[in-house]
Amino acid sequence: MTSYPDWWKLIFGRFTLEAIPYHEPILIGTFAAVALGGLALVALVTRYKLWGYLWHEWFTSVDHKKIGIMYMILGVIMLLRGFADALMMRGQQAIAFAGNEGYLPPHHYDQIFTAHGVIMIFFVAMPFVTGLMNYVVPLQIGARDVAFPFLNNFSFWMTVSGAVLVMMSLFIGEFAKVGWLAYPPLSGAAYSPGVGMDYYLWALQIAGVGTTLSGVNLIATIVKMRAPGMDMMRMPVFTWTALCTNVLIVATFPILAATLALLTLDRYVGTNFFTNDLGGNPMMYVNLIWIWGHPEVYILILPIFGVYSEVASTFCGKRLFGYASMVYATVVITILSYLVWLHHFFTMGSGASVNSFFGITTMIISIPTGAKIFNWLFTMYRGRIRFELPMMWLVAFMLTFVIGGMTGVMLAVPPADFVLHNSLFLIAHFHNVIIGGVVFGVFAGIAYWFPKAFGFKLDRFWGLLSFWFWVIGFYVAFMPLYVLGLMGVTRRLSRFEDPSLQIWFVVAALGAALIALGILCFIIQIGVSIIRREQLRDTTGDPWDGRTLEWSTSSPPPAYNFAFTPIVHDLDAWADMKKRGYRRPLGGFKPIHMPRNTGAGVIIAGLATVGGFALIWYIWWLAALSFVAVIATVIIHSFNYDRDFHIPAEAVLREEDSRSQLLGRA
Amino acid sequence: MSSPQHHAEPHGAHGDDHVPHGSLSGYVTGFLLSVVLTAIPFWLVMNDVLGNATLTAIVIMAFAAVQIVVHMVYFLHMNGRSEGGWNMMGLIFTIVIVVIVLSGSLWVMYHLNSNMMPDMHRM
Repeated sequence: MTSYPDWWKLIFGRFTLEAIPYHEPILIGTFAAVALGGLALVALVTRYKLWGYLWHEWFTSVDHKKIGIMYMILGVIMLLRGFADALMMRGQQAIAFAGNEGYLPPHHYDQIFTAHGVIMIFFVAMPFVTGLMNYVVPLQIGARDVAFPFLNNFSFWMTVSGAVLVMMSLFIGEFAKVGWLAYPPLSGAAYSPGVGMDYYLWALQIAGVGTTLSGVNLIATIVKMRAPGMDMMRMPVFTWTALCTNVLIVATFPILAATLALLTLDRYVGTNFFTNDLGGNPMMYVNLIWIWGHPEVYILILPIFGVYSEVASTFCGKRLFGYASMVYATVVITILSYLVWLHHFFTMGSGASVNSFFGITTMIISIPTGAKIFNWLFTMYRGRIRFELPMMWLVAFMLTFVIGGMTGVMLAVPPADFVLHNSLFLIAHFHNVIIGGVVFGVFAGIAYWFPKAFGFKLDRFWGLLSFWFWVIGFYVAFMPLYVLGLMGVTRRLSRFEDPSLQIWFVVAALGAALIALGILCFIIQIGVSIIRREQLRDTTGDPWDGRTLEWSTSSPPPAYNFAFTPIVHDLDAWADMKKRGYRRPLGGFKPIHMPRNTGAGVIIAGLATVGGFALIWYIWWLAALSFVAVIATVIIHSFNYDRDFHIPAEAVLREEDSRSQLLGRA
Repeated sequence: MSSPQHHAEPHGAHGDDHVPHGSLSGYVTGFLLSVVLTAIPFWLVMNDVLGNATLTAIVIMAFAAVQIVVHMVYFLHMNGRSEGGWNMMGLIFTIVIVVIVLSGSLWVMYHLNSNMMPDMHRM
């Protein structure tokens, strides 16, 4: 560092050439693969002259359907990165026994487990959940787009911006080595002086802006834009869960933002909110981060409960059992999720009275969740069950999630938690509910709505292969961790002394390899389905005999979703319309008013990425410049009055006629 | 439905949202109430009317709470009907969450500090 002159520091901040990890063969290999893959992609896009298409039809699109699909693609890409981290950890732990150091040095291993957690929660699970809500909710409520279409595009690109910063940390500098929630004092300036923690802070702050705004957007959409006749108790369950999730997002993400901002102040300007001295209190950080963190896990699982509800009623061919109780259970979980956060730090020492309160509230929250499980079971009872892929995922979820729920109740008992806290039992528990709940549900949702989004079903054979590899792989990978946790093995260890433990880690690594095959089969499934799309084509728009309004549109739906706003008379509006012999209107179309695409979201989020990078590396002039540029872009965008256009009635007529022809053929 | 795409004409729609924008008498009432509710605490402090700092602080807090309600009713037009009751619902939810977060944090941190940081009390 000392050899760098002052002008270098003025221009490049604390960035030095040593920050490029060219001495790490693993990272160089990764970089080479990513660079080659990226170049190949750029070459292909250029070769087929797709840049204009991507920019005009996708990147700048304000269509909720396209934004939803882009969220899903972001989730898949980041899943590959997060899962690569998981494989590396499993590999390291399987071999690092009895003097063998493994292949990952500790500072690298610590970055990997931090990156794995951050990526899987913020950049895999969140984009998947937001993507599903974005795509499905407006269609389910009979709307033509979300309430604030531009904001939607901007939210997506802010999420991408955060993901880009996390990915940059691979090759420029390092990532945080502190665990996914970055507890101080370890994450403070004294113990984590490097750029890794700052990558963490700015990536999450920037992505958090996107998440919060997308929450505001979807609440406004659901509250204000439901089709006439769709009162609250006629809303599809997925929309209900989406509403509750977005309420949670809007109420909790500001807490995350504030907590991270305080930590940022500690690190950048020397305040002492969470330090050990001068009146600071690191326990306050743990308290605050979990007030956000516990609702966050319900933000992930609630909409997935909605997916399962839609899947259950569709593939059992009947109304969801206990619709009202499902709604109330969702609302109760929404409130209760705010009353349990301390169970994440029973062992920090708040004492018997506080621990008992939060232990009991935690156990109470399993009641509405259990009620949901029974509702799905009773929906299946005497239903005409079709074991299509989404239904398979539902059954696997119910079996797996109940195990995870029961170990969760075990952890909710404070005395038991003193034994299990931070052990691999905890790791097994939350992977049990996140993989068995959220991930299975995302795959159910993808299999269920893919034909709606693209006009053809997913290939069943490769889907089944993916399903079985995932489900079996999950059990092989995580059941050993329950055993290890009960034997007292703690999390985040990179090497072990006791050789008798090794066999369990080897089994877990095999399980991770099975899951890798599951992911591979999923990607092959997408490819095979695209190749076989003519055989898999859905011309009806309603391939599953669906029950909610999204299945009344063509597959894929036209840009305007509904030529006429549907009128709702009953729960499961589309099933009701089919029963009453609904006929599509074939004429009398009017011009449809739609929002116009804009590049402002991409530009502002791009500038935010540059600004975040500058702040991480202390490149102050660039940070100031990008901040000013963001403000300027926002001002310029606010003077852009060319925000909307009309789809002429003739175009609507053409679109609807082509659908009529498809339906005639089907 | 007040969202733009349900209207045939672009962006002319904001005027006919069914949101009450208040009346002159409403704003004047709110203003006068606010002035009174500010003047009384000012007077209490300046003239030391109650003769007890703790009591004065509590009374001022009470006036502040009333003032918050006045602002919400007269300036933010909070009532049980606006936006079909959603505004009131949002307010109640917000209050519940804020109370949980603040009182819960105070309770938790009090116990944590007394159990885990006994030195702080000696400082």
